[in-house]
Amino acid sequence: MDLNGVTSVITLGKADALPAWRTGDAWLAGGTWLFSEPQPGLRRLIDVAGLDWPAHALSEAGLTLAATCTIAQLDRLELPPTWIAAPLVGRCCRALLGSFKIWNRATVGGNLCMALPAGPMIALTAALDGVCTILAPGGPERRLAVADFVLGPQRTALRPGEILRSIALPAAALSRRTAFRRISLSPNGRSGALLIGTLDRSGAFDLTVTASTPRPVRIAFPAPPGAEALRGAIAAAIPEAGWYDDVHGAPDWRRHVTGLLAEEIRQELAR
Amino acid sequence: MRLTVNGQAQEAAARPGQCLRTLLRELGWFGVKKGCDAGDCGACTVHLDGEPVHSCLLPAFRAQGRAVTTIEGLAGPCPPGGGPPTHVHPMQDAFLNAQGFQCGFCTPGMIMTAAVLDQGQRRDLGTALKGNLCRCTGYRAIRDAVAGAGDAEAPQTCHAPVGRDVRAPASLGVVSGTAPYTLDVAMPGVLHLKVLRSPHAHARIAAIDRAAALAVPGVVAVYTHADVPQRRFSTGRHENPADDAPDTLILDSIVRFVGQRVAAVLAESEAAAEAGVAALVVTYDVRPALLDPDAALRPDAPLVHDPADRASPPPGADAPPLSAHPNLAAEAHGAIGDVEAGFAQAHLVHEAEYVSQRVQHAHLETHGALGWRDAEGRLVVRSSTQVPFLTRDALCALFDLDRAGVRVLCGRVGGGFGGKQEMLTEDLVALAVLRTGRPVRWELTRQEQFTATTTRHPMRVRVKMGAKADGTLTAIQLTVLSDTGAYANHAGGVLHHGCNECIAAYTCPNKRVDGVSVYTNTLPAGAFRGYGLSQTIFAVESALDELARGLGFDPFAMRRRNAVRPGDPMVATSLEPHDVQYGSYGLDQCLDLAQAALAEDSGAPPPGPDWRVGEGMAMAMIDTIPPRGHFAHAHLRLDAEGYALAIGTAEFGNGTSTVHTQIAAQALSTTPDRIRLIQADTDAVAHDTGAYGSTGTVVAGQANFRAATALAQALTQAAAKRMEVDPEACRLSGDVVETPAGPVPLSTLAPLEARAEADGSPRSVAFNVQAFRVAVHPRTGEVRILASIQAVDAGVVINPMQCRGQVEGGVAQALGAALYEDYRFDGAGGVVTQTFRNYHIPACADVPDTRVLFADTYDRVGPLGAKSMSESPYNPVAPALANAIRDATGARLTATPFAPDRIYRQVMAAVAERERSAT
Repeated sequence: MDLNGVTSVITLGKADALPAWRTGDAWLAGGTWLFSEPQPGLRRLIDVAGLDWPAHALSEAGLTLAATCTIAQLDRLELPPTWIAAPLVGRCCRALLGSFKIWNRATVGGNLCMALPAGPMIALTAALDGVCTILAPGGPERRLAVADFVLGPQRTALRPGEILRSIALPAAALSRRTAFRRISLSPNGRSGALLIGTLDRSGAFDLTVTASTPRPVRIAFPAPPGAEALRGAIAAAIPEAGWYDDVHGAPDWRRHVTGLLAEEIRQELAR
Repeated sequence: MRLTVNGQAQEAAARPGQCLRTLLRELGWFGVKKGCDAGDCGACTVHLDGEPVHSCLLPAFRAQGRAVTTIEGLAGPCPPGGGPPTHVHPMQDAFLNAQGFQCGFCTPGMIMTAAVLDQGQRRDLGTALKGNLCRCTGYRAIRDAVAGAGDAEAPQTCHAPVGRDVRAPASLGVVSGTAPYTLDVAMPGVLHLKVLRSPHAHARIAAIDRAAALAVPGVVAVYTHADVPQRRFSTGRHENPADDAPDTLILDSIVRFVGQRVAAVLAESEAAAEAGVAALVVTYDVRPALLDPDAALRPDAPLVHDPADRASPPPGADAPPLSAHPNLAAEAHGAIGDVEAGFAQAHLVHEAEYVSQRVQHAHLETHGALGWRDAEGRLVVRSSTQVPFLTRDALCALFDLDRAGVRVLCGRVGGGFGGKQEMLTEDLVALAVLRTGRPVRWELTRQEQFTATTTRHPMRVRVKMGAKADGTLTAIQLTVLSDTGAYANHAGGVLHHGCNECIAAYTCPNKRVDGVSVYTNTLPAGAFRGYGLSQTIFAVESALDELARGLGFDPFAMRRRNAVRPGDPMVATSLEPHDVQYGSYGLDQCLDLAQAALAEDSGAPPPGPDWRVGEGMAMAMIDTIPPRGHFAHAHLRLDAEGYALAIGTAEFGNGTSTVHTQIAAQALSTTPDRIRLIQADTDAVAHDTGAYGSTGTVVAGQANFRAATALAQALTQAAAKRMEVDPEACRLSGDVVETPAGPVPLSTLAPLEARAEADGSPRSVAFNVQAFRVAVHPRTGEVRILASIQAVDAGVVINPMQCRGQVEGGVAQALGAALYEDYRFDGAGGVVTQTFRNYHIPACADVPDTRVLFADTYDRVGPLGAKSMSESPYNPVAPALANAIRDATGARLTATPFAPDRIYRQVMAAVAERERSAT
């Protein structure tokens, strides 16, 4: 929609430094959220598309995604065969509420910065031990685990003026076995619960719960747990009041289906 | 900046926060639609360097130097503002052949998306089209189009067109994006209107300081309650304005729901109007709000319309009617026989309360109007309405204008579903035009559509039904609480209609209805597809299913035993004579057709081995026309250019335009392309009550058929007279009258004309039977539809392809209400669900194909044997689904929507109970 309160746009070029931040500023990447809701406080857009950050970089250490990498670019990415977690990428892209047209514009970083409970890029990068790199105009960069970056619905660890630069996924995480489960109130609806389990070669089992909780919850087990232990660990990690409540699922149902999906993941990875 | 649009190099100045959609429309590319303005509906889809994007989400400045293709240019380069193209893209052609649209507002975006899908995407349209919403079709016709199926007939080749799948006359305009909808016109010098809306559910406006707003550059005027006629009206429009309580002012000093208009700002641009709205300073005296309809009639309830707020009526004027409680908006009471005696005779009684929630029409074109003064000084309003004539009359009454001084007309209307049987924008636009003399435009946002228009009436229906061991009903009792919200538009009509056909459909000596419709401080409910019946039929048909189960009958047999048959009086709770007849009767066929189809078609397999599978059905009866008069005029004229048919009724995706050309062509022995349609314009004919109550075919079509028959007769007589032969020996044939003395070209008989009317009486009845096979996940509460069948009795089906589309669309819209849609409010009466991503209407993946079966009947009341078929397919869907879920799991669901998070506990408990009793 038209953001009629916006009075200026700064378009950054490749070599430009980040401008000094003012109240009423917003970083513009894909724009698919910014332009989807009234933004009454917004006065200036800082367009980062021209910074031209390479969408992704592969190395033996792992995969680094620029914050501006689009969902479509991520989905097209060919990963080395040893990174057996790769199928998660496509499943998380498909978990996005927006269609393939949105994929052409929406960015991985934007999905993290929106910090919606159902953000599938949050689920993907949290489950794969993602680490965010954060820039500030004129300041040093800092790093933060994805799990610590997303604080709650539409709340992140970004301070005013900071920008998410990239997300690094370590090769070790990409080499784990994974299992993915998702449920929503309608077949292609916004996720009510999105769970990812990973199993590494040492037998360590990690469960990442998203969408049913306000922010990602990671539960780690040194070895695959039994059904009872898994249930207990979820109950311990997520208090009664810790289940998310909005139109995309009542909290009691989210708790209930999280338990069902977690158990399916446990069984799948135990095979 | 420079950009290329549809091959044209264009210069444009993009504003900093402007989206590409607005820029393209400003350049005259009106095929790019504004549906949701939030990236959810896809109606604005264009190609940016070949890549499909939602242009409402794309910053306009990013189009600099890029090539944009809109629907107008999909088939090749073209200039803006041109008419339909001479050749079309293959996907546009596919949508023509499959008639993959109804109102067509989503169609440009749908085609722009479908045109770029690869093979893989076409195989999974549920995923590929999840960013494109259609509210009319139910998606089957769209899936057919993408698959290249469909063979609608071109009107040029369609002789004797009644009963044929003729293409809609606007087809080419719709698929090419050149059919102009309400606001698809450039109007130089137009002023933009925006309103400030109440943040409070109930408050008195103590003061409005407009100084800062008037100081905003571009702001031309601010209107408040001090500036409007102190004349009360109802936004609800009916033939008789007295049907709806006059409780509304254009701008009121008291606001009664969050979202009510507080003040209007008029400015040279939308941005300036928005800034003006933001600059208004309003002081409110907040009052206690009534949010719970259950509390409305308590003695201590806050009064939504406090009589103390009304000035006493001037001498000679009517005092407001006395009622038991000021929060009582309408009531319905009636009884035949003795229900208590009936229940005493019953072998089995079922009693439960069934709750139907508030849902939105969600037509993709929001409400909007454009007003101006024409060359003669008349007030002209081009509006997205189903009722142009009644709106004209309402404007005349409000502003003391003569009918001759006001013209209301429609462009193509982007969906209605009853939501546009209201005057929600035209009053303020008219006021602004009258005050400024300048053209004025007001387009509601999608957010306003959700927070400040109208909805279906939320209802609680307590039903008690008893039956003997042989299945015969002994008594039916309904106790209804309807929530009409802050204003009483349609409160009485919906309540009375809702309590009528649902029980008149059954022969039973003892019936009783006690219904009330109450005011609350929530957004007003209004006319909605089904007009009260979907809510009551959910209760009655669920109850009948319980009785059938309890007595060991199959649900089809239960209906056969109890449903009315020709000769039975159709009685709800009054034995007064009425004008509803069995003009035809196809319920028996519908029951047989649906039952046979369900038995022979096992549908899709369940998604997994542990899903529970079940079947269910429900039926619905509807009067084909609203009661107490529904009028239409038709004027058919043969002139040098051929036939011109003027008709008042509006086209909003209901397909009546096609039907009108077919009816006239049939009567005039020609092809539908020879009928030029002039419609939905108060200048076109003397009067038309409007396109509501499913009357487009049966009332307006009747007037049309009478006029066409009269003109046909006049033509043969004129030809006979000229050739001095017996008129009985002459007949029309295409462009000539064949006579024994040789053909007489019609062009030599022009001009000749005929006029006719229809008054909507007598009325007939139409029937719908819906059947489902469903799978229910026993632990998550997910529901999947494996088979969907609807058998309908529409009399003679004038256009089967279109009628099928109406049924499919009704099923899809009803599935939305049955499975997903719900308004959520915050604790203070504010609407939380303000976008399509938070108010989920069915997308392609959510709607299965429905097998549509037609009964073979001929109605002696309707034109050419036809009956109505537009609202009624909606009505039996929720109970049929509930009955199938009951069959699958044992759970009797009594509140829609049946969303997984609301039903899983009940489903789990019922499944566990069943397993316990099985062991």
